[in-house]
Amino acid sequence: MTNLSCQNFVERRPPAGYHALAASANDVNERDLSEKTPQTLSDQTLWMLAVRDRRDKRAFSQLFDFFGPRLKGFIMRGGATSAEAEDIVQDVMLSVWHKAASFDPHRAQVSSWIYQIARNRQVDIRRKTRRPVPEELKVEPATEVDSEQIIALEQEAAKLHDALETLSDNQRLMVEKAYLGELSHSEIHAETGLPLGTIKSRIRLGLERLRHELKGTRQS
Amino acid sequence: MTSIVHHIPDHLLLSYASGSLPQPFSLVVAAHVSMCDECRARLGAHEGAGGVLLERSDPIILSESAKNSILSRLDDTVAELEPVHERSGIFPSPVMQALNGLPPKWKSLGMGARQSILEENNEGSVRLLYIPAGQAVPDHGHNGLELTLVLQGAFSDETGRYGAGDVEIADADLEHTPTAEEGEPCICLAATDASLRFNSWVPRLLQPLFRI
Repeated sequence: MTNLSCQNFVERRPPAGYHALAASANDVNERDLSEKTPQTLSDQTLWMLAVRDRRDKRAFSQLFDFFGPRLKGFIMRGGATSAEAEDIVQDVMLSVWHKAASFDPHRAQVSSWIYQIARNRQVDIRRKTRRPVPEELKVEPATEVDSEQIIALEQEAAKLHDALETLSDNQRLMVEKAYLGELSHSEIHAETGLPLGTIKSRIRLGLERLRHELKGTRQS
Repeated sequence: MTSIVHHIPDHLLLSYASGSLPQPFSLVVAAHVSMCDECRARLGAHEGAGGVLLERSDPIILSESAKNSILSRLDDTVAELEPVHERSGIFPSPVMQALNGLPPKWKSLGMGARQSILEENNEGSVRLLYIPAGQAVPDHGHNGLELTLVLQGAFSDETGRYGAGDVEIADADLEHTPTAEEGEPCICLAATDASLRFNSWVPRLLQPLFRI
């Protein structure tokens, strides 16, 4: 992973629209979608909301074009063959389509939601049993889009992109291995170079949101 | 809900998020996150980081047929998913899932203590433990890591007090004698990646019998 070509480097940057206010007005498709939602949300969030709320197949196709090849690359890094990886990509993207109703942009950015689905799928395949997952929160899904919260999450993700750029090659490799499931819990524990502190403000955002949503639904 | 003091440490949350955590521990993490908003938020942050890495991963072109195949399947009806067992009493949904929606089948360990093994395989084991109020869990050490999540009641040991929702992380170095508090019986979800070593209470010879 040394000497990334300029093109590669551009490819790996956050997509246009990631940084709030950076609307890519020359993207026709995005402009169409943006009419109803503030332009400050990322392309992926807009596509995902179109899939969730309008079962929009064109938006799904755009999501597939963005995430499909990245998922394949991600899964093959973990040792899968090209054919195996493609099967998993198809399973995961079909789940994205069918489970779209449970996508909540206030809690997770699209990539985070897809990462979860992909990890669950890979664990299920490896163990042939379902992975234990936390219970869903019993709260009414937010009907109104709170752009501020969504943008805050996206900005946190953009910050993390930047933070990863500043790591040494070795540190970055360890972070990637950890999130790809290639390190055991004790290896992660021993790997003190992992910059876990970079997710601190993301935790605070998530916790504020949960407390806001759960207000009144639990006795304390 | 009483406030939770003892949480899942980051390396275990990350390992859970990435899928590398053995299944018995994954059940404890999923159960704790079901009870703990803070760890739910921390897990969300790790999944957010995983998402960022996914976005950064080098794209590999998919075969031409992959996209067409998936687009042609969007309107297919999906097979019924397996039922999700809801929380029941003190047991959060992932524990009910492991119980297949049924009440635990308790087996006596003697002295009023009981256990119900949920899963046992080469990755380790996970069980429910029932300790009568005021009674000590026998002095034991571990060959590996042990995670104990309190679902009801409370226990204390050399390392502190653990109430509902708290999780104790005990490694091979810890020899401890947890004692259930007076009041209600203490019910825990306990996972290990190796067998427990009881020092006195259950004779060594009986361990294979009890599968501890």
